[in-house]
Amino acid sequence: MMLRIRAHLRYGGDFELKVDHEWPLEGVTGLFGRSGCGKTTLLRLIAGLERIRGAAVSFGDQQWQQGSKFVPLHRRRIGLVFQEHSLLPHLSVEDNLLYGYRRTPALLRRLHPPEVSAMLGIEDLFGRRIDQLSGGQRQRVSLGRALLISPQLLLLDEPMAALDTQTRREIMPFLGHMAAESGVPIIMVSHSPDEIERLADRIVFLQDGLIQRIETLHESLARPDSPLFDDAGAVSVLEGFLGEAGEDGVRPFGPSEARLWVPEAEQASGSRPTRILIRARDVSLSLVDPHHISIQNHLPVTIERIDPPTDSRCVVACRTADGQLVLAEVTSRAVSQLGLEAGKSLYMLIKSVALLE
Amino acid sequence: MYTFGPAEWQAIDVTLRLCLYTTIILLLLATPLAWWLAKGRSRGRDVVQAIVSLPLVLPPTVLGFYLLVAMGPRGILGKTLEDLGFHHLAFSFEGILIASILYSMPFAVQPLTEAFSHLGRRPVEVASSLGAGAIDRFGTVIFPLTRSGFVVAATLTFAHTMGEFGVILMLGGSIPGETRVLSVLIYDHAEAMNYEAAHSLSLMLLIFAFVTLLVVYSFTRRFQVVRL
Repeated sequence: MMLRIRAHLRYGGDFELKVDHEWPLEGVTGLFGRSGCGKTTLLRLIAGLERIRGAAVSFGDQQWQQGSKFVPLHRRRIGLVFQEHSLLPHLSVEDNLLYGYRRTPALLRRLHPPEVSAMLGIEDLFGRRIDQLSGGQRQRVSLGRALLISPQLLLLDEPMAALDTQTRREIMPFLGHMAAESGVPIIMVSHSPDEIERLADRIVFLQDGLIQRIETLHESLARPDSPLFDDAGAVSVLEGFLGEAGEDGVRPFGPSEARLWVPEAEQASGSRPTRILIRARDVSLSLVDPHHISIQNHLPVTIERIDPPTDSRCVVACRTADGQLVLAEVTSRAVSQLGLEAGKSLYMLIKSVALLE
Repeated sequence: MYTFGPAEWQAIDVTLRLCLYTTIILLLLATPLAWWLAKGRSRGRDVVQAIVSLPLVLPPTVLGFYLLVAMGPRGILGKTLEDLGFHHLAFSFEGILIASILYSMPFAVQPLTEAFSHLGRRPVEVASSLGAGAIDRFGTVIFPLTRSGFVVAATLTFAHTMGEFGVILMLGGSIPGETRVLSVLIYDHAEAMNYEAAHSLSLMLLIFAFVTLLVVYSFTRRFQVVRL
């Protein structure tokens, strides 16, 4: 399903939003940029909450806005979840969840309360009042309520920005499940590289009201100047399946030729692909496969590219045996001492991996 | 103790009808107007707000005078009506009803504008995204969340209409069963040195006004507590 947007908006003297793009919607699209870059305005334009004159928005073969034609939000079948919880305060949890479900024609209902509540872990909350819910529960109910209209598209406006770190960690897996199991394309506004790396499949980079680039997560992580690296340095995201835990609780990840060991992963399911995140500065390179070392994760890799040094450190992009890209950050001195160059085969030692669930 | 005669009962009847119709019509008119004032982005809002609030500062006689001019047999409104075969509106119940609607307008519009502004845009956006059209949104989200505003608007309009005097006297005079409301009857009694009758009616209105305000204040306070 293609989303096509054309809009030009100027407000006040200094803010301008200028967009003329289209991209395929499948899985999770992250709308990434700094505060004030126009992310939320773009989202409101897609939703039909902002009627910008002269703008055109179409979703697949449906024209949502074109010339004087304007389909109002309640006919677009878009699920919306906002930053702060937006449950209707005069209704119970159940009535909130079913508000949209009841207004969705039976023929269009694909998602039903039992499966949605199981997906989000909210089965036990139905009888509660809104003010008896924690912040995380409220946000899960908001997500469930949006899913229950069986939307064609789900728009999430920084859904985790108002939550504390603990709660964010609690919600993140549910968002992951939801994206994978509901089959509804999602656009998620975020200014957090961490959220994008965990959840997004494709990223729209927005800066000062202009779309700079639209690319997949892997394309973005493969380029040295990715805006995702601005805050916390270069990272790699690997996708693969988790195996069964051994007696020590450590679980294998990925195919045998590129096997990693992941600790503390009891709750993650093994039936869907899982992401793990590796920070480039947690990766070392060695010409031999060292034994007698505490680091558990060693992978044979081939150097694909060495980026020019900044502050005498280089990012070395390496390809694993199963074709995934992992970045290592080493000093430029190490690069010359070890004679590193593109095409060279060597071993990668990974000090720590984080499971993104 | 003074007991009410037919003149008093007739005045009570006219007054209650006037208050009831004014309240109903004003709520219907004030709801869309207040919504526009609270949510609209047009520059004309300040002008409209000022016009709506005029009766708060204008002497009632000024409003009554212009309405008399407009609605009388030679006024724009009155003459048009007469040409169409109707009666002009001066010294009629319909005339003082229109005057009451204009005169009590700010008491309906302001609490509703306040309530709609306080509501914010989020609940309405949420309801739209969940498939609710405009009327559905009003009935299931906007009204339940701004009910206190409607209660206050209705109560204040009703009570303020009951307290009307100058406009009615200018425009309607004191025709029994048509335009003689309680406040006018009290004036007539006092003019005729019938202090006992004026006193019992005045006391009744005083108590009514006090109870109304008490209800309004306790209601707004209780509602704010619930809403927080």
